[in-house]
Amino acid sequence: MPVDSSKIFQKKKQHILETWIKNQLANDALREDLISNEEARNQSEELLDALLNKLHSEKQGAAPADGFDPVIELLETLSITRARKGYSPRETGAFLFSLKDALIKTLSEEIKDDPKSLYEESLKISTLMDDLTIASFETFIKGREEVILRQTDEIAEISTPVIRVWDGILALPIIGTLDSSRTQVVMENLLSQIVATGSSIAILDISGVPAVDSLVAQHLIKTVSATRLMGAECIISGIRPEIAQTVVHLGIDLSGIVTKSSLASALNYAFAALRLEVRKISRETK
Amino acid sequence: MDKIPILKMGSFLLVTIQVDLYDRLALNLESDLIQMVDKIGAKGVLIDISAVNIVDSFMGRILGNIASMSRILDAQTVVVGMQPAVAITLVELGLPLNGVRTALNVEKGMALLQSMIPPEKGDEENIEDDHNSF
Repeated sequence: MPVDSSKIFQKKKQHILETWIKNQLANDALREDLISNEEARNQSEELLDALLNKLHSEKQGAAPADGFDPVIELLETLSITRARKGYSPRETGAFLFSLKDALIKTLSEEIKDDPKSLYEESLKISTLMDDLTIASFETFIKGREEVILRQTDEIAEISTPVIRVWDGILALPIIGTLDSSRTQVVMENLLSQIVATGSSIAILDISGVPAVDSLVAQHLIKTVSATRLMGAECIISGIRPEIAQTVVHLGIDLSGIVTKSSLASALNYAFAALRLEVRKISRETK
Repeated sequence: MDKIPILKMGSFLLVTIQVDLYDRLALNLESDLIQMVDKIGAKGVLIDISAVNIVDSFMGRILGNIASMSRILDAQTVVVGMQPAVAITLVELGLPLNGVRTALNVEKGMALLQSMIPPEKGDEENIEDDHNSF
C-alpha cells in the first residue's frame, strides 16, 4: 500500500510547525530585530498551510497544470519583504531549509518500518523544497535588485544639479563616478541649461569624482566638446593632484581644455573672460 | 530647386538654415557660400543652425569643410544656435568640429566675429581678453 505523505503531514501539521520554529530559532534564522516572533510564526504557519493544501490537492489529482502557484506566490512575497528588510540570503535560505528538515524528520518518524517508501517520499519532498528554495532565491535577488535600481535612479537624479553661479556662468558639481549613462544625463542637463539661461561659460567641477580613468576622461572631453559646439566655453575644475597624475600617466590629452585646480580659480577665469571684476568695497566710498 | 539664402551684412555673410539639410542642399550651400566669400571678399561667415534638429556625419563634415575653405579665403566661420541634441549627436559621431568657432545665438556670434576681426589691426585671431581690465 503506497504511503500518503500528504495525509501524514496534514495529521502532524502542528508538530511540523513546532519543529520548524524550533529549527529556525536554532539556526538564528529568526531575526528578532527585523521581525517579531509572533509575525514569524504566523508567516511560517501560513506557508505551511498553503504547502500542505497544495500537496493534498495534488494527491487528489486536482492540481492545476502550473503546479505550486499559491505557495510560490506566498514565498515570493515573503522573500521580497525579507530582501527589503535586509535579511541575508543565508537567513532566507535557512528559513526554507529548516522546513525541509522538519518535514523529512516527521516522515522518518511516521514511516519507520518501510525504508523504500520513506526513501521515495523523502526524495519527493527534497526535490519539492529545493524547487521552492530556488524560486524564493530568485525573488529574493529580484527584490534586492529593485532596491539597488531604485537607489541608482535616485543618485542619478539628485547628483546632477546645474547651478547658475553668476549671470552667464553655470557650475555643475559632479559627485560620484562618471559612467556613460550619467555622462549622458549630465550633458543633457548642462546643454539644456545653457540654452535656457544663455550662459556662455560652464564650469564642470570634478572634485567629487573619486577616480578618473581613460573612460571618464573621454566622457569629460565629450561634454566639453558638446558645450563648445553649443557656443559656450567649458572649464574643468576641482582636479586633485592624484587625478592630474593619473591623467598624465594614462596619456590623456587635456591640452585643448581649460582646467583649473579649484572652483574659485575657475570662477576667477570665468569673470576675466566675461570682463567682470570682483572688488572689495573700501569703507571711504560709502 | 531649394536654395538657402546667403545674406550679406557689411563684410560678413549670414546664412540661416531654416529647413533640415539634405545632402544635395548642403553641397549647394557649400559651393554657393564659398563663391560668395570670394566674390565680396567676406571677412566672416555666420551660420545659424538653430532650426536644424537632425544632423548626420555628412552635415558635420560640410560644416567643417565650410570653415576650412573660408579660412583659406581669409574669412572666419562662426556656427551659432546649435541645439543640445545636435551637439550631443556630433560629439557622439566623433565630430567635435575643432576648426569651427561657435556661439550661443546670432547676437553673440556677431559680437564674436567683430571681436575676431578688428577693423584695421591685421586679421590675427584675437580672443576677447583685454589685459588692462585686470
